[in-house]
Amino acid sequence: MAIELWSQTFVNGINIGALYALTAVGLSLTFGVMKILNVGHGEFLMLGGYLAYWLLTLFKVDPFLSLPLVFIALFFLGAIAYKLFFSVLSGYPEEQKVKNSLLVGFGLFLVIPQIARLLWTGDERGITPAYSGSSFPLLDVRIAYVPLGGVILAVIVIAALHLFLKKTYFGKAVRATSENWKGAKLTGINVDRTYLITFSLGTAIAGLGGVMVGLTQSISPDVGMEWTLKALIVLVLAGIGSIGGTLAAGLTLGILESVGAIFMGPYAVVLGLVIFLLILMFRPQGLFGKA
Amino acid sequence: MNSSKRLSLIGAFLLILVAVPLFVKRNDILTWITFTLIYITLSQSWNIIGGYCGQQNLGHAAFFGIGALLTRYVWLAGVPLPAAMLLGALAACIFAIIIGFPAFRLKGVYFIIGTLVMAEILKMIFDTILPRANVLPSRMLGAYSLVPRYYLSLIIAVLTVTIVLWISRSKLGLGLLSIREDEDAAEALGVNTQKNKLVAFMISTFLAGLAGGVYAYYAVAAQPGYLFAAVWTFDAVIIVFVGGMGTIMGPIIGSVFFVLLKQLLSLYLPGGMHVLVFGILFIIVVLFFPGGLIGLIEKLRRTKEGGAAN
Repeated sequence: MAIELWSQTFVNGINIGALYALTAVGLSLTFGVMKILNVGHGEFLMLGGYLAYWLLTLFKVDPFLSLPLVFIALFFLGAIAYKLFFSVLSGYPEEQKVKNSLLVGFGLFLVIPQIARLLWTGDERGITPAYSGSSFPLLDVRIAYVPLGGVILAVIVIAALHLFLKKTYFGKAVRATSENWKGAKLTGINVDRTYLITFSLGTAIAGLGGVMVGLTQSISPDVGMEWTLKALIVLVLAGIGSIGGTLAAGLTLGILESVGAIFMGPYAVVLGLVIFLLILMFRPQGLFGKA
Repeated sequence: MNSSKRLSLIGAFLLILVAVPLFVKRNDILTWITFTLIYITLSQSWNIIGGYCGQQNLGHAAFFGIGALLTRYVWLAGVPLPAAMLLGALAACIFAIIIGFPAFRLKGVYFIIGTLVMAEILKMIFDTILPRANVLPSRMLGAYSLVPRYYLSLIIAVLTVTIVLWISRSKLGLGLLSIREDEDAAEALGVNTQKNKLVAFMISTFLAGLAGGVYAYYAVAAQPGYLFAAVWTFDAVIIVFVGGMGTIMGPIIGSVFFVLLKQLLSLYLPGGMHVLVFGILFIIVVLFFPGGLIGLIEKLRRTKEGGAAN
């Protein structure tokens, strides 16, 4: 019994942790490369979830098949948001840019939920395809198909992003820009375009996270903040801009929360936030980050 | 405008505000003004640390919540209201001292995020410890009247504005402005930045605690978790930004505008749409008009004067 409980808790932790990682990786990308801390990140996640909800209820598109559609839609939405709100800041000195981008993201965090409330009302929506409750037994635990899909998705996305940044020519340009944008510009890299695509990639990945949140939990206009906070915790655990570390940090947080829930009940949610504050104060480069 | 003319204008305005409950008997209008006055107190208190000092504290709700919760419980336990409010505000201030030292180790963006997370932690804790709303006992409900709530909010708002006015003309205010513009340069010029920030933080949180105390006295039913809700911070922040950061009139005009818009829009649209409008204004201010409404008015007046001179 005890072993079953522990292993099930562990599996649940991995399921939710993979979602945390998926949410955080987009934020890590934009903050690492562009020094833009988009606190509106969770709002794009929320929009992605609603989009998949629409696709399922209006057009009967399977949520897993809608992933590419949501990715593309959120990519363009992110591009528009970047052009409208963030591109103005790209020339600012770094400290001011970080601060102002955070405030703009905060503005998006205020505005987007209200638009969502007009479009979808304030009710909680779940994305529930026919198979949403099914699971299969594996040793002592039950593995549900949908969260398993989420874990696989998170691993694929993070691996793909890692390879994209390491192996492709454009990825090289992104890394060069993140290290020194002025230098990158001098070598002929189109910094503005790099920023645009990086930001849009971040929101597109957030949209994928939103589909999984809608599938495993629920979507409402106000979920954005919660997921932004989770992403921030993962971000500081992993160290800023570390794409690979994000997966480890996300899983760590997920397992920590579900194990914590056994001992601390509802206070387990606070655990992650307290860890966040402690890391910020004593190890700002992140637990897995290099000094 | 010369100073004596300005003083008499302020005096006349205050007299009108004092006389309002004598003529206006409609409860909804009194509620709106009371709320505007609470918002003036809350946003002015944020203005000290966020506007003058440039430390965008996104955890302001924590101090409002501490002030409100403590005032509420102590007052309902039988302690006179002024003492309860003072206790609540002091508790908020002491909490600020406790978290001030570690918090100000965080620079810029980390301070903003750190304070936001701190307030969220408190909200979650109080949601769990005190899940049920605290309703006024029936003997108080029978005697409930808006008029004393109105006057209390007026007194606290006037006190707050006076304190901010004093800060803006003091050495402390200059120190805060220098920190906002360039912290390292301020330090190099001999401004004790840590001490200045901490003093500003203490005054700011004390006043936020007082605003909470007014709300605790006003609210018929108060959900403890809600007192710590991030909306208190966010409302204050957008009011200060849209009105005009680091000015006296900005938060006042911002609060009036905010409450008016909230009431007007709630007549036609689902709740929360005033946040949509203010959110858009907020983004525009951050990107294009750092001076907010006040800055815009100043600019218009200057171009008009410039035009007249030509």
